[in-house]
Amino acid sequence: MNINFVLTQLGLGFLTTVIIFALTLLFSLPLGLLVSFGRMSKIFIIRTISKFYISVMRGTPLMLQLIVVFFAPYYVFGLQLGSSYRFTAVIVAFVLNYAAYFAEIYRGGIESMPVGQYEAAKVLGYSKGQTFIRIILPQVIKRILPPITNETITLVKDTSLAFVLSVVEMFTMAKQIAASQTTMMPLMIAGLFYYLFNLVVAFGMERIEKSMNYYR
Amino acid sequence: MKILEIRDMKKSFGDLEVLKGVSLSVNEGEVLSIIGPSGSGKSTLLRCATMLEQMDEGDLLYLDEYAAKDVKGGKSIYSSKLDLKRIRRNFGLVFQNFNLFPHYSVLKNVAEAPQLVDGISKKKAETRARILLDKLGLSDKAEAFPFQLSGGQQQRVSIARALALQPKLLFFDEPTSALDPELTGEVLKVIKELAKEKMTMVIVTHEMHFAEELSDRIIFIEDGIIQVEGTPEDIFKTDNPRLKEFIGKFGK
Repeated sequence: MNINFVLTQLGLGFLTTVIIFALTLLFSLPLGLLVSFGRMSKIFIIRTISKFYISVMRGTPLMLQLIVVFFAPYYVFGLQLGSSYRFTAVIVAFVLNYAAYFAEIYRGGIESMPVGQYEAAKVLGYSKGQTFIRIILPQVIKRILPPITNETITLVKDTSLAFVLSVVEMFTMAKQIAASQTTMMPLMIAGLFYYLFNLVVAFGMERIEKSMNYYR
Repeated sequence: MKILEIRDMKKSFGDLEVLKGVSLSVNEGEVLSIIGPSGSGKSTLLRCATMLEQMDEGDLLYLDEYAAKDVKGGKSIYSSKLDLKRIRRNFGLVFQNFNLFPHYSVLKNVAEAPQLVDGISKKKAETRARILLDKLGLSDKAEAFPFQLSGGQQQRVSIARALALQPKLLFFDEPTSALDPELTGEVLKVIKELAKEKMTMVIVTHEMHFAEELSDRIIFIEDGIIQVEGTPEDIFKTDNPRLKEFIGKFGK
């Protein structure tokens, strides 16, 4: 077995893994905040829809969601999308799924804020938007960083599920090589890659947490 | 000139009638203290006056302008959001537990609202904030964060924060109740200074001695209505048995 060949191939797959990871975070973090607003909305119908969305996303396998997102355009709308849609479908499914989890984390953070912060801002004449952006959100972010780190680390490993749509990320690549060369080595190396990637993620998140330690 | 006027304010939470018709007014330069046992309605009165809570019935006026008006049939109708925003600028509120913004430095706590509300420059707001902090004996704490301060210092910062908007009336909601006994003095001293400068103030307090010394008028509230109102002298020489008992309990 050529170790260089394995590493090169896994490296290519790893690139796809990182892209799935980054795009998912980029879109699901803001979408999650939006969903959490919906979940906390005073309007019954918006709150109910958000609740249902979160419930479905958390209550069904991510693998199934990937398949549904991929096939839905054809079976529901009769659309024929090219094979480039595979990758898009992976990103859409991951974003939808992670936004649901992030929404609940945001909600927990927002609801844990003392009422006094809102009242102080109100009496001082802050508008609702100013209160949220300047007073509430920064404190919420500090509070929710640990659970966000958890989800982020899970996401790194979940990217391997992209194989169900034949998007060749690192794990798909490792399996292919493992099967063709009848050795477990590529899978073990892939595991090491995931582990190292998560070490970097955890380190980065710790840095962010520390940077917010200037207040309590 | 009447800074604040409340007419027949009523407020219930579900079946619990907390305020049963309270009327009072505060003139410019006057210090009014509100005393009364826990659950008497004095906090609700303050929260309704500062519009953190909506009253059910009654009128609320600042500088003779209606913030809420009782229409016939007994229901308070509040003015438009825009009007309320302007009316709110007449008063400031100092909370029992400070409610400082923990992620802001002391300076930013004091200087941000004037920038957002009055639209003055950051530089000007910070210069003014430093003058205020200096006045309240906090000039060396401008760069500190609230968690680094004692309770008394935090409460002084929150007074500075309220003063930065130059309110015509300052409400205090039990400003020393969350403080260790040895820290109440520094906060009371600041409030006394303000009284000397003829700042109009409404103070909900348990500090009887302080209320007696400082107030032009004192209101004793119990069971959601004003039981006794008068000068400190009237209050502390009262014949009202409930008030006597209350003052006795808090041992002046």
